[in-house]
Amino acid sequence: MKTLVPVKHVASLPAGVLPDERGTLDIDALQWAPNEWDAYALEAALALREGASDGDADDGALREPAGEVLVATVGDERAEQSLRAGLAIGADRALRVWDDAFVSDARVGLDPLAVARVLATLAERERPDLIVCGAQSSDAASAATGVALAGLLGLAHVAVVTQIERDGERLTVERELDGGASEIVRVALPALLTVQTGANRPRRANLRAIKLARTAPIALLSLGDVGLDAAALDASAGSHALRLRERERSSRATPIEGTPVEIAARITTIVEQALSR
Amino acid sequence: MSGVLVCAETRSGDRSEPGRRAIDFELIAAGRALSEQGAGPLAVALIGAGAEAHAEQLDVDGVEQILVVPTALEHFEAHVTQAALQALIEQHCPAVVLAAHTVDSLSFAPALAARGGHGFASDVLAATWQEDGLHAERGAFAERLIAELDFPGKQTVVLLLRTGAFASPHDSGGRPDGQRASVTRVELDLDAAARSERVELREAPVGDVDIAKADFLLAIGRGVGSAEKLAQIERLAELMGATLAVSGPLVEAGWGARTRKVGQSGRTVAPRVYLALGISGAAQHLAGMSRSRTIVAVNSDPDARIFDVAHYGAVADLFEVADALERQLGNGD
Ligand SMILES: Cc1cc2nc3c(=O)[nH]c(=O)nc-3n(C[C@H](O)[C@H](O)[C@H](O)COP(=O)(O)OP(=O)(O)OC[C@H]3O[C@@H](n4cnc5c(N)ncnc54)[C@H](O)[C@@H]3O)c2cc1C
Ligand SMILES: Nc1ncnc2c1ncn2[C@@H]1O[C@H](COP(=O)(O)O)[C@@H](O)[C@H]1O
Repeated sequence: MKTLVPVKHVASLPAGVLPDERGTLDIDALQWAPNEWDAYALEAALALREGASDGDADDGALREPAGEVLVATVGDERAEQSLRAGLAIGADRALRVWDDAFVSDARVGLDPLAVARVLATLAERERPDLIVCGAQSSDAASAATGVALAGLLGLAHVAVVTQIERDGERLTVERELDGGASEIVRVALPALLTVQTGANRPRRANLRAIKLARTAPIALLSLGDVGLDAAALDASAGSHALRLRERERSSRATPIEGTPVEIAARITTIVEQALSR
Repeated sequence: MSGVLVCAETRSGDRSEPGRRAIDFELIAAGRALSEQGAGPLAVALIGAGAEAHAEQLDVDGVEQILVVPTALEHFEAHVTQAALQALIEQHCPAVVLAAHTVDSLSFAPALAARGGHGFASDVLAATWQEDGLHAERGAFAERLIAELDFPGKQTVVLLLRTGAFASPHDSGGRPDGQRASVTRVELDLDAAARSERVELREAPVGDVDIAKADFLLAIGRGVGSAEKLAQIERLAELMGATLAVSGPLVEAGWGARTRKVGQSGRTVAPRVYLALGISGAAQHLAGMSRSRTIVAVNSDPDARIFDVAHYGAVADLFEVADALERQLGNGD
C-alpha cells in the first residue's frame, strides 16, 4: 500500500511582529514548526504500513514494512524540517514543491485550494492508495485542504478521523462530530482521510534516525515540474488575500493585576459575587 | 450569477442537542445582509430525508425561496449533500453559498468548491457585498491577524461561517414582514455512488457529572503541562467548590475525561462562572463557553484569545495563582 501524507510547516507570530503597511508579513520574522495535526496523520500512515493499528506497539518486534509512506509539502526551504521529521520517524520518501510564484502568497498565507491543486498533481503522479492529511493546520485553521484535494481527485473521503482500522481494501474509521458524538464510517480504497489530534500516539525518532534524515534526499519540484504555472495556480485559489491586519481586541476583559496573592484574592471575590448574583 | 443560497445544517435532524439550529438563523441573517447589499435574492436549501419538516421553521424574514431536496438516506452523508448542493448550484447559479463551519460542512464543502472551481473560504468571521462583489474576513496565523479576502473571477463563492460570529435576530422563526417564502421541492437523481457509508452513530458519552449543569466551572487547558500538575488543579477545584472542565488536548493526552471537554466537539456550557486556567482560547473551545455569565481567565500570554471573551483577565502564571488560591482557601478564611 502506498500512502501520501501532505504536511505543512506552520508559522506563528512572535510577539511584536505585525503586518507591514501593505498588509503582508515578513516571512523571515516568523517562527516555523511542523503542524501539530500532521504528526497524527503521519503516525496513522506508518501504523497502517506496519499492519498495526497503534504506533506504540510495545513488543519491540521489528515489522517488515509493507508499502511506502511518502511525505510531501508545499513550502519553502524551511519546510524541509517538517519533511525530515517525517523521514526520521519512518517515512520512505519526501517531496517538496516550491516556486517563486508562491513567494508573495506566502506573505499572507497560502490558499488551501491552491495547495490542494498542487498536491493533486503529486497524487496523480504517485497514485497512492491512501492520502492522510491533518484535519487542520494550526496557523491557517482552514480545515479544508484535505477535503479539497479529495474533491479534485474524486476520491472518497472522511474528515476529522479519530480511529482507523484496515480490512483489506476497506477502512473502517471513527469520525468526530460536533457535540461529543461520533460516527463509524466504512470507506473503500483509494481514499483520503483527515486526522484529528489525539487519534494515536505519534512515535518519536531516535537520534540515529534524526541524524540520517538530516542528509536524506528530498525531491524538489517547481510548478513547471508538476505541470502548472502561475496562472493555473491563481485560478485554482479559492480566494485572494487583499491584506492582513491586526485583530481588533475587544477590551472587554477587566485586568486583574498585582502579585499572585492579590490576583487570587481578587478572583475569590469575583467568583463569590458572581455566584451570589 | 446572482443570489445567496444558504445550505441549512440538516444533521441536527438526527441529533438531540437543543439550540443547534441557531446556526441556521445566523446563516440566514448573514445571507439576508448580503442580499440587501446587492447580492441578489435569498434562498435556503434543505437537504436530507424529512428535510421538508423544517421548511416552516426556516421561513423567516428575508427568505424568498426554500428549496427542499429529499434524499433517500435518513442520516447525513457527505457525498450526498455534496452532490445535491452541486446540482443546486448548477441550476440556480448563486453568487454566494453560505454554510456553517462545522465538521459536517467541512466534510463536503471544500471538495465541492475545489471541484467546481468556485471561490471558497472557511471559518469566515465577516462577509459583505461591495461594488466589486463579495468580500470576506477570516483569522490568519492562529487568528493573531485578520485576512481580508476577495474573490475575483469567481462566479460562485462558497463561504463557511463560524458559529456565533454572525448576529441573528431570529431564534425561533416567524415573519414580521408578513411575507412567505415559496417552497419548492427539488427532485434530484442523486446517484452519488456510495463510496463511504456510515455504519453507526455513537452518541456523546455520559459521565459521572454533567458539566453543563454546574454553576461554577474551573476549566484547565494544556498550560497545566502534566498529569501530576492536573491533580493539584483538581484539588483546587474541590477547595473552590467548582466542577472541573478541560480543553480538548487534555482529553487527547488521556488526562481528562471526554465528558468534561468543553467546546465544539465537547459540551456547550454557560455557567455563572467559568474560570479558565492555561487555555489559549481556540475558536473550537470558545464555541463551547463564550456564553458563560462571568468568564475569568488566567494565562501567561497577554495575546491569548481567551482574553477576548473574558470579563476578567490576569496575565499570570497559573500555578502561582493556583498556589495562592489554595493557601487562601486551605487556611479556612
Ligand atoms: C474539528 C475540531 C474540533 C475541536 N474541538 C475542540 C473542543 O471541543 N474543545 C477544545 O478545547 N478544543 C477543541 N479543538 C482543539 C482546538 O483547536 C485547540 O487545539 C485547543 O482548544 C487548545 O487547547 P488549549 O487552549 O488547552 O491548549 P493551547 O492552545 O496549547 O494553549 C495553552 C495555553 O496555556 C498557556 N500557558 C502555558 N503555560 C502556562 C502557565 N504556566 N500559566 C498560565 N498559562 C500558561 C499558554 O499561553 C497557552 O495560551 C478542536 C479542533 C478541531 C480541529
Ligand atoms: N502547504 C501545505 N503543504 C502540504 N500539505 C498541506 C499544506 N497546507 C495544508 N496541508 C495539509 O492540509 C491539512 C489541513 O490544513 P488546512 O486546510 O490549512 O487547515 C494539513 O494538516 C496538511 O495535511
